[in-house]
Amino acid sequence: MIVQKLGANFNYVIATLLFCIGLFTVITKPNLIKKFMGLNIMEASVFLFIVSVGAVREGSAPIVVKGMEKGVQFVNPLPQALILTGIVVAVSTTALALALMIKLYEQCGTLDADELKGMEE
Amino acid sequence: MEVYDIRPLLAPLISLVCAVLIFWLGDNTFLRRLFSISSSVLKWMIVMSMFPASLRGVVYVTELLPFARGIGFILRVDALGMFFAVLSSTLWIITTVYAIGYMEGEHARKRFFAFFAICVSTTVGVAFAGNLFTLFVFYEMLTIATYPLVIHEETPDAMKAGRKYLVYTLTGGSLILFATAMTFYLAGTVTLSENGILSLQHGVNTLFFLFVLFIMGFGVKAAIMPLHGWLPSAMVAPTPVSALLHAVAVVKAGVFGITRIVYNVFGFHLIKQLVVHFSGVAISAGSLLALAAAITIIGGSLMALLQDDFKKRLAYSTISQLSYIVLGVALLAPSGAMGGIVHLANQAFMKITMFFVAGAIAKKTGKKYISQLHGIGFKMPITLATFTVASLGMIGLPPLAGFITKWYICLGALEAKQAVFVAIMLISSFLNAAYFLPIVYRGYFVKPVDGDTAVSEAHWTLLAPCIICALYVIALGLFADLPFVPLALAREAMTTFLR
Amino acid sequence: MAGVSGHFPILIVVVPLVGAALTPLIGHWRRRLCMPWAALVMLFTFAMTAFLGVRLSLHGPIGYHLGSWEPPFGIEIYFDYVAALTFVIALFGFLVIIFSKRYVEKELEEAKISTYYTLILLILAGMIGFVVTGDMFNLFVFLEIISLSGYALIAIGGEKLTAMAAFKYLLVGAISSLCVLLGVAFLYSITGTLNMRDISHMLTLTDATRVASVALALFIVGFAVKAAMFPLHIWLPDAHALAPSPVSALLSGLVVKTGIVGMIRVLFNVYRINGPLNYGPVLNIMAWLAGITIILGAFFAFFQNDIKMMFAYSTISNIGYIVMGLSLASYFGIVGGLIHVFNHALIKTTLFLCAGAIIYKTGYRKLADLQGIGKKMPITMGAIVIAAVSIVGIPPTAGFICKWFIILGAIEAGKPVLAGMLLLGSLFIVAYYVKIINAAFFREPVHEITEVDEAPASMLIPIVILAIGCLLMGVFAYAPLAFIRPAVTGFLR
Repeated sequence: MIVQKLGANFNYVIATLLFCIGLFTVITKPNLIKKFMGLNIMEASVFLFIVSVGAVREGSAPIVVKGMEKGVQFVNPLPQALILTGIVVAVSTTALALALMIKLYEQCGTLDADELKGMEE
Repeated sequence: MEVYDIRPLLAPLISLVCAVLIFWLGDNTFLRRLFSISSSVLKWMIVMSMFPASLRGVVYVTELLPFARGIGFILRVDALGMFFAVLSSTLWIITTVYAIGYMEGEHARKRFFAFFAICVSTTVGVAFAGNLFTLFVFYEMLTIATYPLVIHEETPDAMKAGRKYLVYTLTGGSLILFATAMTFYLAGTVTLSENGILSLQHGVNTLFFLFVLFIMGFGVKAAIMPLHGWLPSAMVAPTPVSALLHAVAVVKAGVFGITRIVYNVFGFHLIKQLVVHFSGVAISAGSLLALAAAITIIGGSLMALLQDDFKKRLAYSTISQLSYIVLGVALLAPSGAMGGIVHLANQAFMKITMFFVAGAIAKKTGKKYISQLHGIGFKMPITLATFTVASLGMIGLPPLAGFITKWYICLGALEAKQAVFVAIMLISSFLNAAYFLPIVYRGYFVKPVDGDTAVSEAHWTLLAPCIICALYVIALGLFADLPFVPLALAREAMTTFLR
Repeated sequence: MAGVSGHFPILIVVVPLVGAALTPLIGHWRRRLCMPWAALVMLFTFAMTAFLGVRLSLHGPIGYHLGSWEPPFGIEIYFDYVAALTFVIALFGFLVIIFSKRYVEKELEEAKISTYYTLILLILAGMIGFVVTGDMFNLFVFLEIISLSGYALIAIGGEKLTAMAAFKYLLVGAISSLCVLLGVAFLYSITGTLNMRDISHMLTLTDATRVASVALALFIVGFAVKAAMFPLHIWLPDAHALAPSPVSALLSGLVVKTGIVGMIRVLFNVYRINGPLNYGPVLNIMAWLAGITIILGAFFAFFQNDIKMMFAYSTISNIGYIVMGLSLASYFGIVGGLIHVFNHALIKTTLFLCAGAIIYKTGYRKLADLQGIGKKMPITMGAIVIAAVSIVGIPPTAGFICKWFIILGAIEAGKPVLAGMLLLGSLFIVAYYVKIINAAFFREPVHEITEVDEAPASMLIPIVILAIGCLLMGVFAYAPLAFIRPAVTGFLR
């Protein structure tokens, strides 16, 4: 029963799993780049979730073409537009983070969170 | 009868303007003195111009800036407020003269005089506050404006005293703020009224809690034990500060606040009904306050006996004397309240004389401890004579000012059928004698250690204020029943409150 | 709604945004023109917000439909009473830009100057957009604009620890943005719309309150990070203290407020938390956390000896005030919280600009080095005193009013203990501001001070304007109430 339910909503399950994996990585990994990769995984999971919200089984792309028959199921285009924006934001965040990490490495010579913590004092 | 008038605003404003001018141009000694003296005289004139009408029961009102329903800046000059304002503006003139002499050659005089002016401005604001909100605003401003004066010396001791002062008073202020908000919530208004704004329907327990909050809040500045700790340490301040602020403005603001709470927020009739039962014992708000006052009267006096530092002894004496006023108010009897209110003035003049003397002696001879004062009466006979007058007044010898107070408070205690407080007053008189008379004795009858008995009085700016205040002490006692004296104003206040 | 003025609601976002885009070009052409350009853009924006503010007070909220698409299909800009905050953002942004001129010339490499002004305009545009938008997804986008430019601005100074502070902020900030995005997704999945007023309406129809509650939790966590509420405040002290001072002023005065505005939008505009629907004890939890925030923020501030660090911790405790006021959800509480959004912005901007002036002039930022600074920079230190007295909440300055209202709100809501926590916190706050004032005025200088040596006029003028504002807003406290009262009445309807 539960398995069936999970199976039917496997996209949500995977989104949740990805979110948890990402969060785990962010919290536990000392290396800043790995931390940030964790964040990217979290972002991906959220995007997956949003796309799933608008998905329609057997739905086609929401593009109207000439001579299309009536009653065709479309997927909801709005979530797709949203994640497109979301991805742009995510990419710029990543770019900025990488730039910061380069700066950080130049300044402190390490990207290890524990070592950096020691340098703060 | 209420009359709209700009003068209640003008009175606090003028010393504020003075402060700004001093900050701006105060590096010049002449200008600084000019501003200080002229503004104090001007302020006194403004206050006094309202005095006759106030005696007839006229209430001047200025309303400003209402910024939320029921809350705004209201200045309202009733008899009690008038009383306090006359007191502080009169003493400001005298103290300004004294301060000019005393601060000669000290550092940061510009700062000193500017903040001095702000303090007096806020004190008059406290006196004229027409609602609790305005009262609180001025009360807190007073706290802040006094801080630079307390730490004027900038020594570690002074800084420590300043810190203590802020901790005590700001905590008290927070309690008042909380209580004010609660009052607003309960009564829907914070405007002081002649017969109180709260009523029993809010529940006895809530009201009692509120009362205790208020008393604890104002009790800090009124130095009710055990909230008195800041006052003796604040004595590191220069003497004019101790004199005006810690005998008149700051501490009296606390006592004045308590009076306002008892008569204008709760109201005479409500306080009488305010009795809670705590595990079978009935505690009434009035007797609780009176008890605290009685403990402070005796405790303060006993502590004063132990002090060798002249100013500290005066400080503990202040603590004990302030509670006379609180006791008078708490007795909830017409004569008691009148005695309490009139003691606002009497104590002020007596104590300020003493502080002036202490300052004059310290300035002239550098002696700050009572044990050093052998034969000071030979060197500074006039100074010590004024001190003698003031201490006899404190002890309550007729016909001096202190006698009037004690007479009325004892009368009030009898009216309230609480004769035990008569005994307290008598014990306290005895203790007063015990800690003041040795100073007088030592000054006049013990030969100086160095044998030098040549008369050398302090500068006239220091001496004249002592003499004037001492004369006041005599006059306040002798002419107590004339129409144009504090007592008449106190009577006017009482008749409206106890109606 | 005729002519150009009809488009002001979107222009106040677009103008600084376009201005930001043009700044690098102008910087490429003439580097010295960057600052006047940025100032001009902000002044223009400010004028438009002032116009809108007047309109708002006369005719009520202004709705603007992007491209004339009717909501819920199109994006809506909704200039309501909360959006009156844009006026403050534009004004302070303008002052900060003026202040930045000399500061940037001294502290930044020349190549970074145009980048700096670009980012400042971007962050201001983001904030204005964030406050006026009526669309949930736009809220997220503007939040990201603010955050990204914020991260970059913190690190722009290039000193040793700034990149670390920026990265810390970025990591926490990115997660919080994700929370917000996820919340938006949840709401969309149950309501099928992104327009705030529409969602609010749909929420009363749907029976998926559990999903809505989860989304609410995500929003609160996300915005609590931005607002630096305990226990999500860890990023703030470093970020605010290590950023260049004008940036600190913006971050502490305005950017943290976006978290607050986000909470207001979600709690009162979208969820109508006072309405019939029950979303669990969210407000209670927030109120208590706010109480802890106040006390802890003040407590930690006391043990700092770097003035900017003190101010940063002070921001945390003041955010506690605001959140407490809001989460009391009583009339006076919300009024107090909203007033403090404005007043704290005023006070904290003053403080950080003053700190900036001091650092610019002396290079010192430790309290021990700043002893006797009052003799050298009397105007700047005078402004600090006014702001300190304000933030402590001594009447009749700006900070007192909110304290009064929040305490009143706590009593009104039947939670006097919270009022007690607030008062206790404010006493702690006194303690450390007294430390600063004592050091500046009542202690002997450590470093030789011979004469009055003030910061340049372009720094002093914004400081003096703001300091006078701190006093005036205490005396004329009813001025912001003209906008706040109808806002709160709307929330509680």
